[in-house]
Amino acid sequence: MQIDAKGMYYRDLNQLILKAAESGEEELILNNVNGQRYIASNLDKKLRIVINGVPGNDLAAFMNGSEIIVNANGQDAIGNTMNDGLIVVHGHAGDTVGYGMRNGKIYVRDNVGYRVGIHMKEYQDSVPVLIIGGTAGRFLGEYMAGGILIVLGLNRKSNEPLTGDYLGTGMHGGVIYLREKPEKDILGKEVAVFDADDNDYAKIMPFLEEYCEYFNYDVQEILKQPFYKLLPVSKRPYGRLYAY
Amino acid sequence: MNYLMPEFLVQVDHERCRRCKLCVNNCGFEALDFKERVVSDDSKCVACHRCVLVCPERAINVVKNPVAFKESYHWNVEHIKNIYKQAATGGKLLTATGNEKPYKSYFDHLVLDACQVTNPSIDPLREPMELRTYLGSKPDKVEIVKENGKYKLKTKMPPQVKLETPIVFAAMSYGAISLNAHKALAAAAKECGILYNTGEGGLHRDLYEYADHTIVQVASGRFGIDREYLNKGVMVEIKIGQGAKPGIGGHLPGEKVDEEVSQTRRIPVGSDAISPAPHHDIYSIEDLSQLIYAIKEATNYQKPVCVKIAAVHNVAAIASGIARAGADVIYIDGFRGGTGATPATIRDHVGIPIEMALAAVDDRLRSEGIRNRVSIIASGGIRSSADMIKAIALGADAVGIGTAALIAIGCQMCQKCHTGRCSWGIATQRPERVRVLKPEKAKEQLVNLVRSWSLELKEILGALGVNAVESLRGSRERLRGIGLNQIELEILGVKPVGR
Repeated sequence: MQIDAKGMYYRDLNQLILKAAESGEEELILNNVNGQRYIASNLDKKLRIVINGVPGNDLAAFMNGSEIIVNANGQDAIGNTMNDGLIVVHGHAGDTVGYGMRNGKIYVRDNVGYRVGIHMKEYQDSVPVLIIGGTAGRFLGEYMAGGILIVLGLNRKSNEPLTGDYLGTGMHGGVIYLREKPEKDILGKEVAVFDADDNDYAKIMPFLEEYCEYFNYDVQEILKQPFYKLLPVSKRPYGRLYAY
Repeated sequence: MNYLMPEFLVQVDHERCRRCKLCVNNCGFEALDFKERVVSDDSKCVACHRCVLVCPERAINVVKNPVAFKESYHWNVEHIKNIYKQAATGGKLLTATGNEKPYKSYFDHLVLDACQVTNPSIDPLREPMELRTYLGSKPDKVEIVKENGKYKLKTKMPPQVKLETPIVFAAMSYGAISLNAHKALAAAAKECGILYNTGEGGLHRDLYEYADHTIVQVASGRFGIDREYLNKGVMVEIKIGQGAKPGIGGHLPGEKVDEEVSQTRRIPVGSDAISPAPHHDIYSIEDLSQLIYAIKEATNYQKPVCVKIAAVHNVAAIASGIARAGADVIYIDGFRGGTGATPATIRDHVGIPIEMALAAVDDRLRSEGIRNRVSIIASGGIRSSADMIKAIALGADAVGIGTAALIAIGCQMCQKCHTGRCSWGIATQRPERVRVLKPEKAKEQLVNLVRSWSLELKEILGALGVNAVESLRGSRERLRGIGLNQIELEILGVKPVGR
């Protein structure tokens, strides 16, 4: 089913999507999307939604298992507190992508803004994955409590940094993989850098392969540069701050 | 050398003691031991009184350590002890519950009116008194139409939640307090027709049955939050701040994250649950509005969204922004509000009293003509029905009670929630301690407390000559200030006694 979202108020659009989902539609194509917020935030049914145009903030906030393909750039807070599902952005994405994300996958082709992946968390087999094809702004993975965050740095200009500073500040769970060794001075003091080992490659390989399929990359090309991983030094970075 | 002398001394009357060890087994702080007879490590005693109250022979007492320091008004004992603690550890002083400093309590400087001769009072024993309160945004005006001889509301009302009495239980997370404490609060809320609040810890499945009496909280750590959770309450509360710790986040120590808490919060066992100070997707009123509407979308506009803030200097302007951001309810927590853990320096020195904050917010929203757009819940040190009634007269729609509710189920205010050792099974996750708190009994105590305050509220409404709590709301003419200066009276919007 196709919906022309041109000039449509976000509440009306989201109600249309909800009705379509309830009537049993399995795939929706939204055309002329231009800044409408909260798309797919109200869905419990699992849908495939193709968005042609730029969706507004909080795309797929609290999303619960749907699949979203954005054929343009995205804005802020994509996948905010998302519970499950897949989001593929064929372009850039804004700030706070994947904030508090609990499970599911977000694949961004190009760059992302600030504070991305803050407070991602995992629990048993719910392990969220966020892959950024280009670069990330400051505070990537701040307070990260679980999950997998990968930054590939593809198609960069030669002087463009892979991430901003305060990388992994306050991180106390999960892992960040970078396809470049980060300078020490941009790291949060709660993390340490290690070389990725075979287990790491085995762990991220399925996600990288899927990512490459979406964006027509050759996974072997990507693997030509080594990965490094950032791990929290302690699950309890703030354990020794108090006098009882 | 440890310079810290015990704060309390445990006195055991060995004549009366039957050596039953009940006291030893009941001390969450391991201050008591049995070596042929009950012996105490006084340095561990926090005066939680569990041993005193469980002893069948009344053979135990806890007293303040009378050891004398040279008196100094400026260098009082607390300052001296705190310096010893900090010199020994280099850490922040951690504490719990609410601000304990002797700041002026404005509630204690306000008195209520009563009817005499010309405007008769009402006897609440014989006449109906309406305490029912609806929380939610109210439209600027309502239209009523007559259909088939019956009057009907034509205006589509924003979502409302009903309270049978203007009280809610304040947010206390599962993690900070035990599941048994939560069960008691939830069951009491159901029985009283009021609400309890999950706090930021997700919602345990055992509490799903109380959904109609649940406020689900969304805080910066976003623990345990998904669409199911958001829809498992009647109201969603975005927690921005808390009176006991304005401007700082939360931190549930890994020791309290056991299997069950881990499952509810959706984080691994033993890992710290850190709620950052700000929501990192909220850096402005516009961002707040974005989250409010994200939640409204996720709950299909069926539930009022509440925003909780700590009372700080600029609270009136902040509240105005929150109202304009689309919140249905504003929850303001004064600086005496409690907590399960906070740095003492924040608890005791940051924020402002709820009385002043409430008056300032109510004034501001009225002057901007938007008071009807939001309901106001006031909390932060509401100790009695009198405090509740004065808060309502100052402009609150309802009050939140946290500390008072815990006292009702046995809390002795030892201020040690952050240790997770609570002997009373309230602020702990230790199974052997949680077990001592019986949810059914605790529920009864809470129901009784709410009933008492409601009866007293009716009594005072009757004395004031009004038959609905609505008639008292924001009616500051029924308050007078005693022992307050001109500016304080002005901010509170009340006249001095005698005028």
